[in-house]
Amino acid sequence: MGFEILLQLTVTGLAWGSVYACIALGFVLIFKSTDIFNFAQPELMMLGAYMAFALITLFKLPFIVGFIFALVMMAAIAALLEMMVVRPMVGEPVLSVIMVTLGLANVLRGLTGLVWGYEEQQFPSPFPDDPIMLFGAAINQAEIYTIVATAMLLTIFFLFFKYSSSGISMRATAEDAKTAFLMGINVKQVFTASWAIAALVATIAGVFLASFTFLEPIMGHTGLKALPAMILGGLDSVVGAIIGGLIIGVVENLAGFYLEDYLGSGINDIAAYVIVLIVMMVRPYGLFGTKEIERV
Amino acid sequence: MLQINNLEVVYNDIILVLRGISLTVADGSIVAFLGSNGAGKSTTLRAISGLLEYEDGEIKKGAIEFNGQLTNKLGPQKIVRLGTTQVPEGRQIFAELSVGENIRVGAHTRSDGKSEVDRDYQMVLSYFPALRARLKVQAGYISGGEQQMLAIARALMARPSLMMLDEPSLGLAPLLVSEIFEIIKRINTEEKVSILLVEQNALMALAVSEYGYIMENGKIVLDGASRKLMENEDVKEFYLGVTEDEKRKSFADVKHYKRRKRWLS
Repeated sequence: MGFEILLQLTVTGLAWGSVYACIALGFVLIFKSTDIFNFAQPELMMLGAYMAFALITLFKLPFIVGFIFALVMMAAIAALLEMMVVRPMVGEPVLSVIMVTLGLANVLRGLTGLVWGYEEQQFPSPFPDDPIMLFGAAINQAEIYTIVATAMLLTIFFLFFKYSSSGISMRATAEDAKTAFLMGINVKQVFTASWAIAALVATIAGVFLASFTFLEPIMGHTGLKALPAMILGGLDSVVGAIIGGLIIGVVENLAGFYLEDYLGSGINDIAAYVIVLIVMMVRPYGLFGTKEIERV
Repeated sequence: MLQINNLEVVYNDIILVLRGISLTVADGSIVAFLGSNGAGKSTTLRAISGLLEYEDGEIKKGAIEFNGQLTNKLGPQKIVRLGTTQVPEGRQIFAELSVGENIRVGAHTRSDGKSEVDRDYQMVLSYFPALRARLKVQAGYISGGEQQMLAIARALMARPSLMMLDEPSLGLAPLLVSEIFEIIKRINTEEKVSILLVEQNALMALAVSEYGYIMENGKIVLDGASRKLMENEDVKEFYLGVTEDEKRKSFADVKHYKRRKRWLS
C-alpha cells in the first residue's frame, strides 16, 4: 500500500515538476541570454494556455492542431514584445527593466481577464480521464503525458543547443554578447529568438497545467513556484532549472501527504521554499549556477 | 584591401579618441600597429569591426574602405561577411563552450555548406595541433596560450581575407609568443590572409611585419617599412628599449613631447 501511494505521489510530483521546470526554463533562457529577469514569464504561460483554449473551443480545431497554432502565435507575440517593449529598455538600469516586465505581466493578466473573463474555465483536456494502473497504483493519464512530453521537449532543446550551429551561436551570445558580434552573430535576433523560445516552453507548461487543473487569469501565480525551482538550480543554469523544477514538484507532493499530519495542512506550499532556504545556505549560487551572478 | 582615411572617432559625443588617422593594409601583407596603452589602437579595430555603435562611440569623420567598399555604417555581421575578422584583446573565448564549439561558432556567417566548414575545421586544427587533443574540453579550462590559439582558430573559421589581432602576445610566455607569431606568419603566407597586428610587443611585431604604424594619443605619429622603423632612434628608445649609449636613461630626462613634435614636422 505504502509503495503504491509513494509511486502515485512521485508521478504527480514529477508532472507538476515538469510544469515548473518548463516555466523555470523560460526564465533561465531569457535571463541567460539577455540578462533580463522576465517577471512576465508566468503570464506568457497563462496567455499560451488561453490561446490554445480559444483555438480549440472557438475555432473547433483538433487539440494537437490548436496546440501547435498556439505555440506559433505565442512565439510571434513574445518576439513582438521583445522588440517593442524590452528592446527600448536596453542599457537602462536593471530595476527599470524589471519594472517593465512586471508591468507587462499585469497588462497581460488584465487583457486576458478582459477578453475571457476572470472565472475559472474548464480546459478541453485531450487526455482520457480514467487512470491507468501501474504497479498497482492508479495514475492520472494527463500526468504521464505531461512527463513524457516534457522529457521529449527537453531532449529536443538539449540537442538543439548542443549540436545545431544556431544553438551553439545562441549559447555563445548568452555568454558574451560583445564577442558574439565579432563572430558575425546577429545578437538582436538571438535576443528575440530567446524570448520566442521562452514563450514556447511557457505555452507548453500552460497547456499541461490547464489540462490537469483549469484556466483562470491568475494561474500565472503557479508560476511563482518556478522561482524556487530556478533559484534551487542556479539562476543561469538550464539543467538546474529542470532538475530544480522536478525536485520542487516531487518534494511538494510528498511533503503534502506525509508531513501534513505532523505540520498541518499547507505544508506542501511552503516545502519548496524550505528546500530553497536550506540549499541557499550551503550553495548560495544554487545547485548548478555559476558563482558570479548578478542578483536581481 | 583595407584603407582608412582621416578617421575621427568620438566617444560619448565628446571624447575625441581618434584624431584623424589614416592607415592602409595591402593585400596579403602583415601590418604592425604599435602604440602604448590608451593610444587608440583597440578603438581603431572596433571602428573597423563596426562595434562603436554598441559602446557609445561614433565615427565623426573619415572613411573606412574594405576592397573599395565604404564600411563606416555597416553592422558587425556585414563586416564579418565581407571578410574582416578580429581576434579581440584578452582572447575572449567563450569559456562555457567546448573548444570544438568555440571553433564552430567562428563559422557562424558561413553559408557555403557543411563540407566546406568541416574542411576548414581540419585546416585550422592543423595549424594548432595542441587544440586537437582538447576539443571536448570546456574552453575556460585550457591554458592561456591555448586560448590565444583558439581565438585565432575561431577567427580563421570565418574565412577572412583580413584578420586583425589585438595583442595576441598579452600575458603569454616569450616562447609561446614566438610560436604564435610564427603561426600567424604561416597563416598569412599559406592562407593568403592579410594581417593587421596590434601589439605592445614592438620587437616581435616589427620582426614579422612588412610595414608598421606607430600611434600616440589618437594619432599616427610615425609609419614606414618595419625594417626602417626598427632602426629609428625614437622607436628604439621608446618601444624596443634600446638606448644608444649603454647608460641607462633617467625617466625624467625623456622629453616625450619634443620628440613627437619632430615626428610631425
